Amino acid sequence: MKMGGDMDPIIRVENFTAAYGGSVIIDNISFDVCPGEVFVILGGSGCGKSTVLKHMIGLYAPAAGKIIIDGDDISTAEGEDRLRILKKIGVAYQSGALFGSMTILENVRLPLEEYTDLSPEAMDLISLMKLKLVGLSGSENKMPSELSGGMQKRAALARAMALDPLILFLDEPSAGLDPITSAELDELILRLSRNLKITFVVVTHELPSIYTIADRVIMLDKRIKGIVATGKPQELRDQSDNAWVRQFFNRQVESEVAA
Amino acid sequence: MENTLRAINTVSLNTEVIEEGALKLIIDGRLDSNSTGKMWRESLLAVDKYSPEKVILDASGVSYCDGTGIALLFDLQLKQIQRGGVFEILGLAEEFQQLFDQFKPSEFIEAKIEAPEPSNIFVNVGRQTIDIFRGIEANISFLGEIVVALFYAMLNPKSVRWKDFFITSELIGVNAFSIVALVCFLIGLVMAFQAAIPMQQYGAQLFVADLIVIAMFKELGPLMTAWVVNGRSGSAFAAELGTMKVNEEIDALTTMGLEPVRFLVVPKVLASFVMIPVLTIFGNLFGLIGGLVVMLSLGFTIVTYVDQIVSAATYVMLLAGLIKSVVFAFIIAGVGCMEGLRTKTGASAVGDSTTSAVVIGLVLIIFVDGVFGVIYYFLGI
Repeated sequence: MKMGGDMDPIIRVENFTAAYGGSVIIDNISFDVCPGEVFVILGGSGCGKSTVLKHMIGLYAPAAGKIIIDGDDISTAEGEDRLRILKKIGVAYQSGALFGSMTILENVRLPLEEYTDLSPEAMDLISLMKLKLVGLSGSENKMPSELSGGMQKRAALARAMALDPLILFLDEPSAGLDPITSAELDELILRLSRNLKITFVVVTHELPSIYTIADRVIMLDKRIKGIVATGKPQELRDQSDNAWVRQFFNRQVESEVAA
Repeated sequence: MENTLRAINTVSLNTEVIEEGALKLIIDGRLDSNSTGKMWRESLLAVDKYSPEKVILDASGVSYCDGTGIALLFDLQLKQIQRGGVFEILGLAEEFQQLFDQFKPSEFIEAKIEAPEPSNIFVNVGRQTIDIFRGIEANISFLGEIVVALFYAMLNPKSVRWKDFFITSELIGVNAFSIVALVCFLIGLVMAFQAAIPMQQYGAQLFVADLIVIAMFKELGPLMTAWVVNGRSGSAFAAELGTMKVNEEIDALTTMGLEPVRFLVVPKVLASFVMIPVLTIFGNLFGLIGGLVVMLSLGFTIVTYVDQIVSAATYVMLLAGLIKSVVFAFIIAGVGCMEGLRTKTGASAVGDSTTSAVVIGLVLIIFVDGVFGVIYYFLGI
């Protein structure tokens, strides 16, 4: 069961408000994410998707509300408590955010070096296996600057997976990838979700990817600064009574919906 | 719940020699990134101890196996294949078996992680030499580009981005005024003070004024101003253009048909040409004021000090210093912009460029100052 309800949520966002410099971006939203669920945050440009994600991973403190990760509030946790929460999550950033002075293998290896007691050979093997999973075998000795944007994104995903976290946050993982690589990435997300019960929180615009991977989506709308729809993507596409939501899922321009 | 399961990090290993040359490893419990490290060492030790022809891994007791656990099982398989043996895995739950099956040993046996090349003094010296010559070549080429762009700007003044010129003039000139004034004032003050003590023995304290004006006009005024502006603005030029290079803004300019040198470098060079000599004049003035403070403390009057300065200084002396400052301006702006445009990719690249801009600028300024010293000597200035 992945639709919430009979399972304790692994992430709980309660009455969350985000604001930059007095300007409210997200106003009082609440939602839950269940263990093993692939949860997609979507919406139009500038609606605050990445803002929600950055608050969920503890980069910013909410203006109001709580963000509970596996029982602990990441927005108020400090020191060891915060570190304990951060070890449960992995984040793949939109730009990759790989460390430019390290090889791809060293980037993936870094969390293992810092947080495990594995031997160097074991760390190398795990890093190579993660890179294999994201289709980057053979690129382990390259520097990030030698990789294309799409390859950097995949390397970032490998780094995010290095410690096999409970929750993986992915910011636009398929943007800029070719369709085959994008489909492989979707397959990987589904496999990890099903086999290891890893929870995914994905911010994306890619509709084919959303239909393939998402167990549930929330859709943000900047006009109401909140959630305009929640549910399975196929249901929202076909049955939503909100015209803008249908328009989004059917890739229609406003005039077509009006007609 | 998952977090509850994760809290129980118990995993155990049992070994059993089941027949001649066959070792059975029985792993029970939870294999995750927290518990696998110890198990990894123990299982490899067990296999190394018996060196069996066949390893049978009984994973029926494995309750959870994440990527790290899969890596352990895979490593056991890999090592057994590498020693020419047989590996069999039994009872691994379907969902973990799917993850395990994604990896083929042959792909990892061939994978090789490159070790950093051992340092070789001859190779390093060779590389550095090549880099130096390439740097000189690039500098000469860039110098040519700037000169051509400046000539083009002279012939087509409308092509210059005058708005950028004025903004840069403010940044390198007006905003640097206070620091240049302070540094030159202190230089004048210290120099006068240090000179006054020995000159007192010969009753020649009045000639401290000559020393100050000659040193400031010919050498220290232009030099100290150039050093301050180089550290302040040369690095800023490199950082600005370097960041633009990293953000692909330079590429965007190029694809829009806008020559980066004309668009970005020329306004900076022109602003430096104007502002650095002006700053030098103010630097000279504040150096003289520094000397005046010492002279007043020695009992001389302002009129005496100014008379002495007027008799010692010449317009040629002042002009000689200002000509130097124009050349220094070209070095500061040129090197700063060149290093910025040569920025490589990566987080440290902009830092490298600013460092290079400041260091190369300083060295060139001193070198050119020496050349001017020789030329002026032969010209009798």
